[in-house]
Amino acid sequence: MSIFINKNTRIITQGITGKTGQFHTEKCQEYANGKECFVAGVNPKKAGESIFNIPIYASVKEAAAETGATVSVIYVPPPGAAAAIWEAVEADLDLAICITEGIPVRDMLILRNKMKEKEAAGGKKTLLLGPNCPGLITPDEVKIGIMPGHIHRKGRIGVVSRSGTLTYEAVGQLTEIGLGQSSAVGIGGDPINGLKHIDVMKAFNDDPDTDAVIMIGEIGGPDEAEAAVWCKENMKKPIVGFIAGVTAPAGKRMGHAGALISGGADTADAKLAIMEECGFKVTRNPSEMAKLLKALL
Amino acid sequence: MKIHEYQGKQILKKFGVTVPRGIHCTTVEDAVKAAETLGGKVWVVKAQIHAGGRGKGGGVKVATSLEKVREYAGQILGMQLITHQTGPEGQKVRHLLIEEGADIKHEYYVAALTDRATQSVAIMASYEGGMDIEEVAHKTPEKIVKVFVNPLVGLTDEQALTLAKGMGMNEASIPQCVDTLKKLYTCYMETDASLAEINPLIHEGDGTVKALDAKFNFDSNALYRQEEIVAMRDLDEEDPDEVEASQFDLAYISLDGNIGCLVNGAGLAMATMDTIKLFGAEPANFLDVGGGATTEKVTEAFKIMLKNPKVKGILVNIFGGIMKCDTIAEGVVAAAKLTHLSVPLVVRMKGTNEDLGKKILKDSGLPIISADSMAEAATKIVAAVK
Repeated sequence: MSIFINKNTRIITQGITGKTGQFHTEKCQEYANGKECFVAGVNPKKAGESIFNIPIYASVKEAAAETGATVSVIYVPPPGAAAAIWEAVEADLDLAICITEGIPVRDMLILRNKMKEKEAAGGKKTLLLGPNCPGLITPDEVKIGIMPGHIHRKGRIGVVSRSGTLTYEAVGQLTEIGLGQSSAVGIGGDPINGLKHIDVMKAFNDDPDTDAVIMIGEIGGPDEAEAAVWCKENMKKPIVGFIAGVTAPAGKRMGHAGALISGGADTADAKLAIMEECGFKVTRNPSEMAKLLKALL
Repeated sequence: MKIHEYQGKQILKKFGVTVPRGIHCTTVEDAVKAAETLGGKVWVVKAQIHAGGRGKGGGVKVATSLEKVREYAGQILGMQLITHQTGPEGQKVRHLLIEEGADIKHEYYVAALTDRATQSVAIMASYEGGMDIEEVAHKTPEKIVKVFVNPLVGLTDEQALTLAKGMGMNEASIPQCVDTLKKLYTCYMETDASLAEINPLIHEGDGTVKALDAKFNFDSNALYRQEEIVAMRDLDEEDPDEVEASQFDLAYISLDGNIGCLVNGAGLAMATMDTIKLFGAEPANFLDVGGGATTEKVTEAFKIMLKNPKVKGILVNIFGGIMKCDTIAEGVVAAAKLTHLSVPLVVRMKGTNEDLGKKILKDSGLPIISADSMAEAATKIVAAVK
């Protein structure tokens, strides 16, 4: 088991014909069961053609109907990315993973409210991961996104983070000391996104093949605190927590659109404090995330 | 992206919000002419810089004669205005706004911003205008009213009325206040703002509701479709190194320490800064080289870091994923040579082709110190600069 995806997941790639989409689709195909998992691409102008032996369809709906795919990964450039996510939602997919960085916040605000409206009206709920995220991976089964596959190893530790390379850092440390991962999830660095820490922690809690979790956050926004409060009451597994940005000045956007301190509650110190209060083993030294986790097992 | 008050008021005016008549100028002569053009007996001379707290710093003065306008404009133009947001060195004043006086009966606060938790637009209002809203929020949170706007619906009349009444708006001014709030919301959405704040919003003796100040931040992801806003950008108000870095697609922010750091990925970059601090020094900057760190980009990054005279050492931390460590190593070696690097350099590389990358560094003949973990890298650079 794993969370959200496994070797039987069938995936549509939106933006497959663009430079980024092509590059990463090839890498994803090369990883584990990628050749079987990536079954469709979408580009209305190139429908009927194929790329890396993957057939291209005119729409997500058609691709899903023809292939039975339930997940899509999106590399569409920022101006059209929110519309691409909405197309995946309208096609009633289970999960849309948006890698694209730089989508206007207003587009995401409108999209997220449209998604909620559809659910409220009884429509199918599509989960959204991202945007501005590395994607997610279930080691030795399937990789959807831009993370380097070879640093991962199959195992029983979950990893969730807003940052790409910091996720790799945690995964690399785990693999190095002999701990594999059940799934590693990058939820993205944007202020308005889909799945949050709390959603991923719930999934890891319910996954019988996850024993413990490394939860990584950063400055800005209420998500880590919200997840911590939930974990205090509900999480049955040990958690190591790290928050990046103790040294970040207030009011400055630190690379990620969402990494901006806007009040007293969203500093790294405040988040570390609440996580500790909620039973996390927190560290201020990101080099010892895996070591600390091993000690908790 | 930020803009000046006079530009913010132009935007508000365009969306139908009442603002005082005012003229932007950059010389003392033009300031006096502006006052003459505006007429009346009272004028406000306002320093235009991107930081808040201008009044307390002596950047806003009320003049009761043209001579006084000349005097104040002369004092303010060119001064280093120091506020709680500028840092101790202050910000040079290059622009003035000359405005007609207002008949202030009461000062209120209103603002629109994106609320991450509810994924909606929050509109906040308070009776306690004209002061630092964070202080109000901290001391007397009950004095702030807030509504959350679903962007699919927009700010409803009912919500706007709740705000106007909740903020204690003068009874006779409520209809215009409701209208102003709705216009503020429309303006916020249509300009892709991330903050639109009017502090203070006032009502005058005749009941007129007016925006006496305007502060905007804009979503940098949306600037590609906001030509009019981009044209308002004032590079003089921004850190020149940050501006230069952005031209090379580098996310750079100056800090106060003495260890420069170059990292791929925003989260890892912050974690690296934190590790430097944890091991006893302070980072000189945040720098994310992003996904495609070419030799050119790494060289530019080195140049920008080294411009800072406080930098006594550099820490490079790369997690090679798609980007291979050997490519980065070549870039680091080339950059160190091109910039005639004379401060200690510690490189920590992990991931794809790590060994190949380390070999390139070792064979370069440069005194590059290699490290395996972030903690080791931080320990080594801190020791090297002491």
